[in-house]
Amino acid sequence: MSKLEKTVSMKGRFLQRPSVGLLSAVCNGGGVVWASLIVMGLGNIVSGQIIKGALFLLVELLFLAFFLGPEGGAYQISRLPGLGERLQGEVWNEDKGIFEYTEGDRSQLILLYGIAWLCIAVLFLVLWRGSVISGYKALRMKREGERPNSFAEDIRSLFDGNIHRLLMALPTAFLLVFTVLPLIYMMSMAFTDFSRENDKLVLFDWVGFDNFISIFNSNSAVGKQFWSVLGWTLVWAFFATFLNFFLGTLLAMLINRTSIKLKGAWRTVLATTIAVPQFVSLMVIRSMVQPQGIVNRLLASWGLISSPLPFLTDATWARVLVIVINLWIGIPYTILQVTGVLNNIPKEQYDAAKVDGASPFRTFTNVTMPHMMFVLTPYLITQFTGNINNFNVIYLLTRGEPIYVGNSAGATDLLITWLYKLSVDQQKYNLAAVVGIFTFVVLSVVALVTYNNSKSYKNEEGFK
Amino acid sequence: MRTKRIVTDVFIYIFLAGLCVIWLVPFFWLFMQSFRAEPGQFIETFFPKNYTLDNYIRLFTETNVINFARMFVNTFVIAVCTCILSTFFVLSVSYCTSRLRFSFRRPYMNMALVLNLFPGFMSMIAVYFILKALGLTEGDMIPIALIIVFSAGAGTQFYVMKGYMDTIPKALDEAASLDGCTKWQIFTKITLPLSKPMIVYQVVTSFMIPWIDFIFARIIVRAEAKYYTVSIGLWSMLEREYVWDWYTRFCAGAVLVSIPVAILFMVTQRFYREAMSGSVKG
Repeated sequence: MSKLEKTVSMKGRFLQRPSVGLLSAVCNGGGVVWASLIVMGLGNIVSGQIIKGALFLLVELLFLAFFLGPEGGAYQISRLPGLGERLQGEVWNEDKGIFEYTEGDRSQLILLYGIAWLCIAVLFLVLWRGSVISGYKALRMKREGERPNSFAEDIRSLFDGNIHRLLMALPTAFLLVFTVLPLIYMMSMAFTDFSRENDKLVLFDWVGFDNFISIFNSNSAVGKQFWSVLGWTLVWAFFATFLNFFLGTLLAMLINRTSIKLKGAWRTVLATTIAVPQFVSLMVIRSMVQPQGIVNRLLASWGLISSPLPFLTDATWARVLVIVINLWIGIPYTILQVTGVLNNIPKEQYDAAKVDGASPFRTFTNVTMPHMMFVLTPYLITQFTGNINNFNVIYLLTRGEPIYVGNSAGATDLLITWLYKLSVDQQKYNLAAVVGIFTFVVLSVVALVTYNNSKSYKNEEGFK
Repeated sequence: MRTKRIVTDVFIYIFLAGLCVIWLVPFFWLFMQSFRAEPGQFIETFFPKNYTLDNYIRLFTETNVINFARMFVNTFVIAVCTCILSTFFVLSVSYCTSRLRFSFRRPYMNMALVLNLFPGFMSMIAVYFILKALGLTEGDMIPIALIIVFSAGAGTQFYVMKGYMDTIPKALDEAASLDGCTKWQIFTKITLPLSKPMIVYQVVTSFMIPWIDFIFARIIVRAEAKYYTVSIGLWSMLEREYVWDWYTRFCAGAVLVSIPVAILFMVTQRFYREAMSGSVKG
């Protein structure tokens, strides 16, 4: 058979056989398939795929051994509802004449191991489902007189038809262990009283929605802070996004004027703030605007001010400062982004506007703006969500200051920096988790709606 | 009409020049401070009174309190490993999502989109506990923990690379497939060579992450000064007990880190622009 015929016949085979679900496999399969519900890989072994079937069986045995063994998965999961209650104890040892410490429970580890084992169990179920289906398929092929793939062929297919399994395995595994699992873990903390308050750092319990209630209740102390931080976060994200966008667009258009020379040089100079690491540039600014910093010193020595300007100590000054400094960081990004779009606006539209005698302002509002908004709306929305999460600018510049006495959040704290302080500095993990979940829900709804409605996503296949 | 245009142009030039000065003043100030002979954070005048190269020399020779040279080596090793691992991740995922159609493709892409919305350190504490449970937070395992943390997210950072691979004509793959190439051969012999500019961009951006991150590194390394990266080192120079002695050396260190990062950025931008204009024309 030539390669071409082989491809065609393989495609034909693929078309005849729609994908099989677990239910249809069990319904259509006979005794062997039913038995393979319990003994994984039996279907494969019976139909000749011995190595594959044996591997399935081996995985099952290993899983069961670790799951049911002492301190295994079942035990870890069973401790999830209680989260442990043994305190660390002291026992007097007569023979040695010392206090010996008996190990107490650590709710944090119980929670982590329990969740990890739940995830492993779910992954095992996915594999189990796959093994039943695979066994059913192999049996069916054998019944119909075809030879199921040998193990060598299966391995070879990992470099061809199933290459996605090979290539995606490692990235996905890393993602699951170091991104998804921590996320689930963090979210579950929101339903506990894991906090330095009331000394709940070692042993803590489930508390249901208590944390959510106290945070969203605008009468409680923490609730008041939540709403004020949320308000400032939205104000900040709005100004940071739209001021950057409009001033950046304006600047990009100035540089783009036909009569201006050295376009590249202007853009490069402005792009220095992107190129220099933010922790350097923002920490430099921070030391410049201190009460004894160079800005205040110079202004005082020129006789312009008599006392230092309260850049970091007055709420309004600090808020304006972060927005202005963010322009310094953000405008170059807008220029890079907008310049490309500006060059793509059809020249004819400008010519037509000129013939109609439109003023430069009218040309801007009726030709340039509509085109840009059309192309850049997704960009603006990602910028907005990015600014809600803009940790660097706030944390490096003001650290959320000024902080009023008795508050855990400062006047310039965003949800994200407040969350960082709540967990790293104040160890109120439960409240931090609630703030995290809230931010996540808002952002993901915005993002998924935007992307799923965007042209490039809907029309992904149409491009080629 | 013509004079009006010239007048406007002159105004624009003056405006742009003024803006560029404002843009560069902080960096220029930082550069001057790194040559300042007087210690301390705050000074009276914009320009230092006496100039010296001592700050740069002492940064590398006085290693008993803050060992900047070792931090440089630490960061370099971590950066190389991170760069290899995350480039591999990004290339694999973007090839699969761009060229292949499989059942968990869309769910994976949506998941990546949502995960990208989290700044990574939101679950940083949880990541720390997991690494601790795996025994990676003590002693010589710390660099490995950092490499894992810096590259673990790479599986979600594939959108730009995927967008680029989307522009490589599918006809090339089909032709190769008819000639008997496996998908693996198509990946290594067609897609990768054609993505060269974008790979350079990817390599450089992932190489830069360990140099500029200080949040992750601070949580993982904690007080183990032996494993500090450059950015934690610079951060700790500004702590209250060090700042008087170390401020000018902080400036010197900041200059030393910024120059290569800035140069790499400028170089990559060229590749990025090249990449954005499409791979195979026609």
